[in-house]
Amino acid sequence: MSQATLRIQKISGHAGPVPGEGMARDTKDKQVCKLVDVTTCIGCKACEIACQEWNDLPFAKTSFDNTYQTMPDTAWNYWNLIRFNEHTRDDGGFMWLMRKDQCMHCAEPGCLEACPADGAIVQYSNGIVDFQTDRCIGCGYCITGCPFNIPKFHPATHKVHKCTLCADRVAENLEPACIKSCPTGCLHFGTKDDMLDLANRRAKQLRKDYGFANAGVYDPAGVGGTGVIYVLHDTTNPEIYGGLPKDPHISWAVKLWKHPLKWLGNLAMIGGAIGLFTHYLRYGPKLEHKNGNGASAGGAQ
Amino acid sequence: MSGQANLLPNNRVLRYTFRERLIHWTAGISYVYLLLTGLAFWTPWLFWIAVVLGGASISRMLHPWAGLVFVFAVILMYGMWSAQMRETAEDKAWWDAMRFYISNEDEKVPPAGRFNGGQKFLFWSFFWCGIVLLLTGIVLWYPQEFPEAVRLVAIFIHPVCALATIGLFMLHVYMGTAYERGAFGSVIRGDVSRDFAMRHHRTWFEEILRQASAKQ
Repeated sequence: MSQATLRIQKISGHAGPVPGEGMARDTKDKQVCKLVDVTTCIGCKACEIACQEWNDLPFAKTSFDNTYQTMPDTAWNYWNLIRFNEHTRDDGGFMWLMRKDQCMHCAEPGCLEACPADGAIVQYSNGIVDFQTDRCIGCGYCITGCPFNIPKFHPATHKVHKCTLCADRVAENLEPACIKSCPTGCLHFGTKDDMLDLANRRAKQLRKDYGFANAGVYDPAGVGGTGVIYVLHDTTNPEIYGGLPKDPHISWAVKLWKHPLKWLGNLAMIGGAIGLFTHYLRYGPKLEHKNGNGASAGGAQ
Repeated sequence: MSGQANLLPNNRVLRYTFRERLIHWTAGISYVYLLLTGLAFWTPWLFWIAVVLGGASISRMLHPWAGLVFVFAVILMYGMWSAQMRETAEDKAWWDAMRFYISNEDEKVPPAGRFNGGQKFLFWSFFWCGIVLLLTGIVLWYPQEFPEAVRLVAIFIHPVCALATIGLFMLHVYMGTAYERGAFGSVIRGDVSRDFAMRHHRTWFEEILRQASAKQ
């Protein structure tokens, strides 16, 4: 239960202002959003460490493959990863691209759509999509449902884990740990409206003053918009940022399975049972013995 | 097995050997577990089944293993029955007269061998669905080991095949218990009455009688 409403507002017999006054953001009843401005990320990995620390995740082994990326992929115990790519532009220009990868907190989450377990994945009123590990049954359907390849199995418990957008901090009107640690101001947190406004102004600045004609905001409509948005130098080509999908959406296979197939299947099963029962009422059994007791007339109307 | 050994006292005929019955019930019992846990994952309205069966995590853990048992039994059935399940001209005539079978006008149904056209259809449908369910099931068992495209195909095809088998299963259970009196006993105790053998599997029964009289 959030204690945000119990934050001290006035204080008796106290010299000076209330400690902590004005420190908390008002995100009550609003969609929260994380803004990642990839154009100002320096790849320092402070957010990765902050995430590990706040979420009390165990030390994870890093791997070195001649890039500035901590490990090849996010993991059950590593929810926040700066993806690195050396990119050569069409004009010959060379760029180091750093993108903070984590759960996107989709408005229409594919993981939640695919999950069969009652209450294992929830979406809070502030838009955060959260896994309830005690209710997770370990089927892994969310892994297939997610268009961003985010949920990861714990090898021993077989439960899935991912970024919570620090729901516990946000509930207390604090910003997520990654935001708190960012030294360049590349990460921002607030309401979706505020973050979109900020992102669009930054994208406009990139287009006007820095010569990135395709600069823009990544807030994919295919999943109803996301709780994590990016400012990219080039929105026409998001794949260069460590494989950010161009048009993420819940796959047709998952939609077909969860909607038409489900209803057709249920109707067929119920219809089949009714059909067989009706057949029995109409024609009755084929008896084992020709002149068995209560032999059916064979088609009694 | 045919001939004298099939003719039992009290006008009974041996229809299924112990081995056949054992394999049938290995498949049958594992299938029922797969059906119940599968339905729990299929729709939230039936999720309670998994709760009744010891919790959904346990259902998720055991469903694939039960699947291996089922497919193992189906493969044994293939070895045991595939030769007898080959489609014959007799089956074609049986299918053409199926409406009489449905309406219990059995005298108009052409004679069948050990397995009639419908039973052969059931066997091959279960066999092929079992193979596809196994392949897609392995993908769903270890989703993190397979590329997205493969997982998406598996997540859709697995329930499609499962639904097909559910239809067959309902039909099979109805016919094996309520509709075809004597059939359930045959897969439990192994034997049927001569009337049953004569009515439903005349070609098979006549062959048994012929072999039995040839021996004497």
